[in-house]
Amino acid sequence: MVTANRTADGAVIYRNAAQGWSTDLSDAAIVRNVDEARALLAEAVADDVGAVGPYIAPVSVKDGETVKPGNLREHIRQSGLTIDLLPVSA
Amino acid sequence: MPLVKNGKTATDIFVHVADGAQLPGDGAVLVSAARFLEDPEGMLKRAGKLGVIWPNNRDVDDLVPYLDRLAVVALVFPTFRDGRAYSQARLLRERYGYDGELRATGQVLRDQFMFMLRAGFDALEAKKQSDVEAFALTSKRYSVFYQPTGDGRLTALHRRMQQRHSESAR
Amino acid sequence: MYAYDELDRTLLNERVEEFRDQVKRRLSGELTEDEFKMLRLQNGVYLQLHAYMFRVAIPYGTLSSKQLRGLAHVARTYDRGYGHFTTRQNIQYNWIKLAELPDALASLAEVGIHSMQTSGNNTRNVTSDQWAGVAPGEIEDPRIWSELLRQYTTLHPEFSFLPRKFKFAITASAHDRAAIKIHDIGLRLHRNAQGEIGFEVLVGGGLGRTPFIAKTIRPFVHGRDLLSYVEAILRVYNQYGRRDNIYKARIKILVHELGVEKFAAEVEEEWRAMGESALTLDDGVIEEIRSRFSYPAYEKLPHMPEELKKAAQVPPFERWRRNSVFTHKVQGYSIVTISLKPVGAPPGDATAEQMDALADLADKYSFGEIRVGHEQNLALPHVAKRDLPALWKALDKLGLATPNVNLVSDIIACPGLDYCSLANARSIPIAQELTRRFANPDTAELIGRLHINISGCINACGHHHVGHIGILGVEKNGEEFYQITIGGRADEHAELGMLIGPAVPYGEVADVVEDIVEAYLALRERPDELFVDTVKRLGVEPFKERVYATR
Repeated sequence: MVTANRTADGAVIYRNAAQGWSTDLSDAAIVRNVDEARALLAEAVADDVGAVGPYIAPVSVKDGETVKPGNLREHIRQSGLTIDLLPVSA
Repeated sequence: MPLVKNGKTATDIFVHVADGAQLPGDGAVLVSAARFLEDPEGMLKRAGKLGVIWPNNRDVDDLVPYLDRLAVVALVFPTFRDGRAYSQARLLRERYGYDGELRATGQVLRDQFMFMLRAGFDALEAKKQSDVEAFALTSKRYSVFYQPTGDGRLTALHRRMQQRHSESAR
Repeated sequence: MYAYDELDRTLLNERVEEFRDQVKRRLSGELTEDEFKMLRLQNGVYLQLHAYMFRVAIPYGTLSSKQLRGLAHVARTYDRGYGHFTTRQNIQYNWIKLAELPDALASLAEVGIHSMQTSGNNTRNVTSDQWAGVAPGEIEDPRIWSELLRQYTTLHPEFSFLPRKFKFAITASAHDRAAIKIHDIGLRLHRNAQGEIGFEVLVGGGLGRTPFIAKTIRPFVHGRDLLSYVEAILRVYNQYGRRDNIYKARIKILVHELGVEKFAAEVEEEWRAMGESALTLDDGVIEEIRSRFSYPAYEKLPHMPEELKKAAQVPPFERWRRNSVFTHKVQGYSIVTISLKPVGAPPGDATAEQMDALADLADKYSFGEIRVGHEQNLALPHVAKRDLPALWKALDKLGLATPNVNLVSDIIACPGLDYCSLANARSIPIAQELTRRFANPDTAELIGRLHINISGCINACGHHHVGHIGILGVEKNGEEFYQITIGGRADEHAELGMLIGPAVPYGEVADVVEDIVEAYLALRERPDELFVDTVKRLGVEPFKERVYATR
């Protein structure tokens, strides 16, 4: 898949198959070879106004449908912080 | 390229002559540093104004002997992120007393206009027409300056000192 | 405190309006991201994993209560209710929206703070000793010179597009709390034989992938020549610093490649060519800046007030006082460090509520002043000793009285992979786990001074090279691993830590640190031999054996 951040607010976005963006990973267009990935990235890069820093990132697809981030970085981008923000009360 | 000179949109009368190309007999020309240094005296004897495009990775010292006979020194910003020409500009103006046209070329964008003016550039070969149009606004954006440069603008420190003196004189 | 005048305020407002225009042009597509990126960076705006990050400068670590409330306001209004204090006297917000940034900047400008040059290839926030002006034995308040440098470096027309970022730090005390030896320019204020104020100038320190301790290029530069000398350094760097490779572009690489003597000679030549310039500071100018710093009207107070004697009977108070309260230059007053390292929390984070409450406490007990140190803690610099018990109670309620300053759980950590787009591994959960392991204050006190520094990547924002124990996150085959160094330090005896062996996986880091600490407890000669001193005396080997014997 191809992911980036939205220009106006920085939100994590995924390139969908309709030449747009979605904040939901399950909407992401999944590509399976280098040529498709390049084409999807080129299309994403062309939207310089809407998105910042598009890149190709790995996903894993379970049972042919459930899309999950392919590495820890993308997992954190999708699910948020892995930490508690507040201290445990003493 | 659209040109802003002394604060106004200007027509560039200088013809950029490529290194291998024939020099016109007269008229204003801009040549590369390499071409100029092959035969500086010969070039300076030519009828018509002469300008030199000086790269940002070469000390300006080599240009110093000819400064009073050059109509233009054009310094280069290969990208706006490369700030070497600001140092060259200040050295030419403030240390070597160059008072001809000092032109910024390359990736010259409005968001750097103020820095360029303060460093001593008086001609900006802007990349975008819209930036030229925004010159008047952009160059007036700041009224307070912290550093002394050769552009003569008073620094904040100076203004404070003056204020103090005028207060204590009262 | 330094009081902004109309000129400072005007400049700030002009900058805010410029950035507002730049953001507008970016959002409309008039500016490409490539063009905009440097402009936003010059205003402290990064793009991180989840959102934009916004870094605000706290010049030389001094804040007024009004400014701290301003920071709280931004956290509450434009972010998610908290901020992160960094190792360079900045605060970072993690969830800011680009479209709202100009308004956030405008609200900060109202209280005289800004984000100018907190990122980008320019001169960054000038940092100093967080105890400036109150430390006993200090030669002079270094903030006067820091402020001169702040003004000089702000929107510099020649040095706003350097090969790479450029950081200054100044100290005026024998004990260096500003980590000047790991800065591009480190300045040590001292007096010459004639009693005149000047600076030892160190250049080329820095961490990152090629760490160097700064080297002295001139033992004494007279105060009046500080700016011209700095300009000579910056000009040499601007012209000759490498621009072909981002990893070799810092001044430390230029100093290393030229050799320090040759580099110093280049600077000297440039400086002499400048001669007497408009940058030479006459006494009047220095006096002008000095006059705009105001100092508290201290009372004449006893060294040991009744309130303190009484409270000494309360063990948790006494523990906190022993740990977090430091000697002030004025009798009857103390410097109080506020730990932002409670057990289980991200190091250096503070909520908007904590910031507001602390601003109130500063008004009540510290002449309205707060300090920020590079260890990611805060300080109240002028607390009357008689007020310590009341202050402690109030801090404790806010979760700001953890008595772990300078101890093993007072961890410096970068945001790591939870936030940062450069990170290879997480930092914060490692820090959190370590604070849990060393949560027992008796154990921590027994261990004594020990600085653990954690970075989530080689860029070293967590200063791992100079941690007594340094932890560096790396990625190996998609997994988080951590390299561990020992023996580093960031003070006047600055040294880079030494690697103890192969990197260990995420789940083992805390165990390894515990092993190292246990080895130290067994190996130290006396209870007051600090961890770093034991490492210095024995080297890495005994620690390595202990850690890897069972792994």
